[in-house]
Parts: sequence; structure tokens; C-alpha cells
Amino acid sequence: MTDSNVQPATDPRIRPYTINFGPQHPAAHGVLRLVLEMDGEIVERADPHIGLLHRGTEKLIEHKTYMQAVPYFDRLDYVSPMCEEHAFALAVEKLLGITAPPRAQYIRVLFAELTRVLNHLLNLTTFGLDVGAITPALWGFEEREKLMEFHERASGARLHANYFRPGGVAFDLPAGLADDIWEYTESFPKFVSELETLLTENRIFKQRTVDIGIVDRDTALAYGFTGPMLRASGVAWDLRKAQPYDVYDQMEFEIPVGLTGDCWARYLVRMEEMKQSVKIMRQCLSRLPDGPVKVDDRKVSPPPRAEMKRSMEALIHHFKLYTEGYHVPAGETYTVVETPKGEFGVFLVSDGTNKPYRCHIRATGIPHLAATDMMTRGHMLADAVAIVGSLDVVFGEIDR
Amino acid sequence: MSEPEAAGSNPPDTTAETPVMHPTIAAARDLLGDAVLADTVIHGEPVITVKREQIADAMRKLRDGALAFEQLVTICGVDYPTRAERFEVVYNLLSVSKNLRLRVKVTTDEDTPVPSVVAVYPSANWFERETWDLYGVFFTDHPDLRRLLTDYGFEGHPLRKDFPLTGYVELRYDEDQKRVVYEPVKLVQDYRNFEFLSPWEAITDVQLPGDEKAVKPAYWDASRK
Repeated sequence: MTDSNVQPATDPRIRPYTINFGPQHPAAHGVLRLVLEMDGEIVERADPHIGLLHRGTEKLIEHKTYMQAVPYFDRLDYVSPMCEEHAFALAVEKLLGITAPPRAQYIRVLFAELTRVLNHLLNLTTFGLDVGAITPALWGFEEREKLMEFHERASGARLHANYFRPGGVAFDLPAGLADDIWEYTESFPKFVSELETLLTENRIFKQRTVDIGIVDRDTALAYGFTGPMLRASGVAWDLRKAQPYDVYDQMEFEIPVGLTGDCWARYLVRMEEMKQSVKIMRQCLSRLPDGPVKVDDRKVSPPPRAEMKRSMEALIHHFKLYTEGYHVPAGETYTVVETPKGEFGVFLVSDGTNKPYRCHIRATGIPHLAATDMMTRGHMLADAVAIVGSLDVVFGEIDR
Repeated sequence: MSEPEAAGSNPPDTTAETPVMHPTIAAARDLLGDAVLADTVIHGEPVITVKREQIADAMRKLRDGALAFEQLVTICGVDYPTRAERFEVVYNLLSVSKNLRLRVKVTTDEDTPVPSVVAVYPSANWFERETWDLYGVFFTDHPDLRRLLTDYGFEGHPLRKDFPLTGYVELRYDEDQKRVVYEPVKLVQDYRNFEFLSPWEAITDVQLPGDEKAVKPAYWDASRK
């Protein structure tokens, strides 16, 4: 013990106490290390340390062909994999000057919304877990399992789908999947309302979330908030409406906007977004056109396997695509999509070869987590848990 | 934006140049004046390059001016080792009220710092830390310029083009010392970087004897009409 700890009896001040929150803590949502300076139980400063899951994705993508780069996007935000692929697929399509055929666009929107439900189910239920409600997590994960089965039937993988490719999607939907998803969308709203009875008006849940971590409109904009975080602060901004991509301009849905900007508002926005997502899924399914699911250009999309057994040309194309890949004309683009967490962007620079020259990934969670210090200051330690839970952070994407 | 083509010359290549100035770029040029060094439109996305010393001032004008860019959505670096100023720092701006986007670039090298824009956009804080971490671009007046993504005590800037993909050190848990130790990277086989670029496409610039006959003479198109 040093002398600085010894205070005269007339001045009973306590030196700020520093605690390590995480990286191994169930409420740290993965590998967040939060260094908290405490005054008693009040947070005076929060310093998030990130990078414990840093894998150098951007560097690796510079050494891979465009097709080999797609699976890295699943591993960024592993809770909403297909939405991340969507941004990369759209960016490469923009540089190549191609457009996915209508059926592929509908399938992409369908699965992007399915992924949104998947993501919000995880976030809302684990958020409940963070503030003391165990049942929502048990119910929510059962539903997630059903949704991941749809992922598996479409792409072959529950999580790391590698399904949205530049030029369309990898495979067409298997027979019967569209009907099963339709059936699911009929039962899902009932589940959401059951989930709401557990949380929305729950006394303990509201005690833990109402008026906690309030962010007003201007602060949310200045700190770079996007997605539900921004909408909960009262900004009606959604890239699906404002800068629509694929067939979002033909979909009818509403943007929920929060009034108070606190943790409860963020919860309510996400809850309503799930209902809107189901509405979009039903529109996609009822309008799903027939036709090809990838561009009919053998220099970009691989030939069907059956054709490769008969056609030498197809075999050569397949070989070239899976070794050399396709060359993307020189150029650059910043392409964004509205992932469940907010604006996810890919800044892609091509130099005309078969590998990206630079692929910057604009992770949605970075500005949200960077604002933790601003949001937790003056709150209690337990509120810091609620705030981090409401941010919806996934470290695969933040650390890249 | 290039100068308009002189009258009487060949029609301009409309795919490369936009004849009318992009409205966002025109407004940005009005706001920033001489600070804009160059502008272009790539795939419909407006891009301007501004003077490095004036980036913070330019950002303030873009935020408070008529364009109302309330959000700085991301900052990243790009490395072009062959250029005199090898790094580009790319700022992507978004206007929520006007539904506009703009990309602002500044150039710099290893030794020249870039003024920080944290005072204008608080969201720049971590993005600038990330750019410092991965590229070694130094930002002046940044309140807390620490590394962001790499390990504590990491050396080098991994996204530079001259940094090897495998890095320089690897770590493992040492059972004898009961701690994690860092060692130089040992690859059991050399890193295999397959070069799949077709040689036939790479030599299209070479002029072989007789190639000059394949060039269309200047009078060709006129006489065919």
C-alpha cells in the first residue's frame, strides 16, 4: 500500500476504483474488455478495449479472389451473416456493372429479412438475460433454431452461409422451402406477442431499461449511430427506404421510431422491426418470380454441375472461375446495406486484377461501442450492462 | 471535373467523364472553394480530394453548410506505395436530412500528420485510431490516439502493402514458463501466393513488329460515313 491511499480522517475521499469488465464475462457479449473507473458504484469513465477477436479480415481479403472473399463476411457479424454478404455482393456487382436477376433479388431480400429476425431474436433475448430475464432466451433460441434450419436448407450451412454471391445467390431455393417459410411467417407474429408479454411491460425489465443510456437525436447523429440505435433516438432513417437496393423499393413496410432514446426505446424499435420483417418476407414469398438465380454470364457465375459433365466450355469456365476468379474493372465504391444492426458498408477498391486492392469494412458496431463512454458516464455499474446489451454489438464484426 | 473538350475534336468518351458537374460536388466546391484539389464521380458516387491542412475546416463547413452532412460514417486508409504521398485517408459522409453521400479524400505519407476531425465529428475518434493502428497515419490534435485493433505492444502497421500477410511474430502458450510467449513466425512451408493472372492479358501493351498496321488511321471513321 502506498501513502497516496492514506487519506486524512477529515477527508474521507475514495480513490477512483478501476475494474475490468470482461473479456470473459457473460454480459460482455463475446470478448469486450471494458475498463471502468468507478466512484463507488457510479461509472466515471468507460474505456472499451477491443481487438481480442481481430483476425485481419481486410488484409486476408486483399490476398483472396473476389469469390473467396465472400465467406469472410459470414464470419464478421456471425449473428446476421447473410446481410453482410449482401453488402459485398452489391459492391462487386456495382464494379462489374451487372445486376442480379429478379428471382435472386427477391430471394436475397427474403433472406436478409429472415436474418434480421434471427439477429433481433438473439439481441432482444440476451438483452433480457443481461437484465435478469431468463425465459426469453430459452424461448427465443428455439425460434432461432427454426430460422437457422431455413438457412441450412437454402445454403447448406446454419450460420456461415456463403449464399449471396456477386451476381445472384449460390443456389435456387429447394422445393418446399418457400411454403415452409410462409407457414412460419403465419405463426411467428403470435410468438412475438408472447415474447412481448414477457418483457415489454415487465416491471423489472422497465426498471432496468427505462431512462437508462439516453441519447438524444443530435448526439446520436454526431456519434455516427445507425440502424435501430439511431431510430430509437427519433430519426426516421432507414437505408431500405432512403437508398433502396435490390427490390426493397417495391416492399411495403414501416419504419418504427423511438421517442425517448433510452434502452427501452431501442428494445421497442427492434421488437417492431421483427414484425415489419415478417411483413416483407411475406411480400417476397407471394411475389417470388420464376427464372434464374444468378447472372447468365459464365465469366462471373459458375455453370451448373450437370452442364459441366457434357460441355468442355463449361468445364473450362468452372476451372478458370475457381482458380483465377474473375477480373473486376478498376474503380472504387462505398456500398451500404441496412443490416439488423445498422449501416454496414464495404469500401471496395479494385485495380483491375482478380483480387480486391482494398476492402474496408465499415463495421456497424464500432461507433456504437465507441459511444459507451458517453452513454455510461454517471450510471451505475449494473446499468452499464444494460447499455452494452442494448447496443447489439457482435465482436466478429467490430474486431474484424 | 475536366475542362470541356475543345470544339471540333473527337466526341468525348462519355463513359469516363460526366459532362454536367455532379450537384453534390458543385455544392461542395461552392462551400470549400480552393480547399478542393480534385473531384470525380465514380459509379455515381461523388468524390472530392481536399487539402490536407484544411480537412478539419472543410469538414466543419460540410457539416454546418447547405449540404448538412450530419454524419461521418467511416474513415479508412488506402495504401498506394508507388505514389509520392502513399496514403489516402478516405472519409465517407452522409446527410440524413438531404439523403446525400460524399467521399472526401486527403493524401499523406508516413511522416506527415493529418489534422484530426474528432472536434467536428465525435464518431471520428475510433476510426482515426483504427487508421493510425493499421496504416500508421498520424492524426494531430486527436484526444487519445492509441492502437485500436492490434495486440498490446504490437509493432508495425499491418494493412500497409509492405507488411507480410503472415506478420512477424506468432504466439503460443509455453507450458514451462506458464505464460504466452511471442516468437518469430516460422512457416513449415513457404507461403504460397499463387499468381493466377493470365500472362496473355498482361502483355497487351507490347508492340510487336507489324502491330502499327492494326491501328486505325485518323481519316478512317470520316471516310466510312
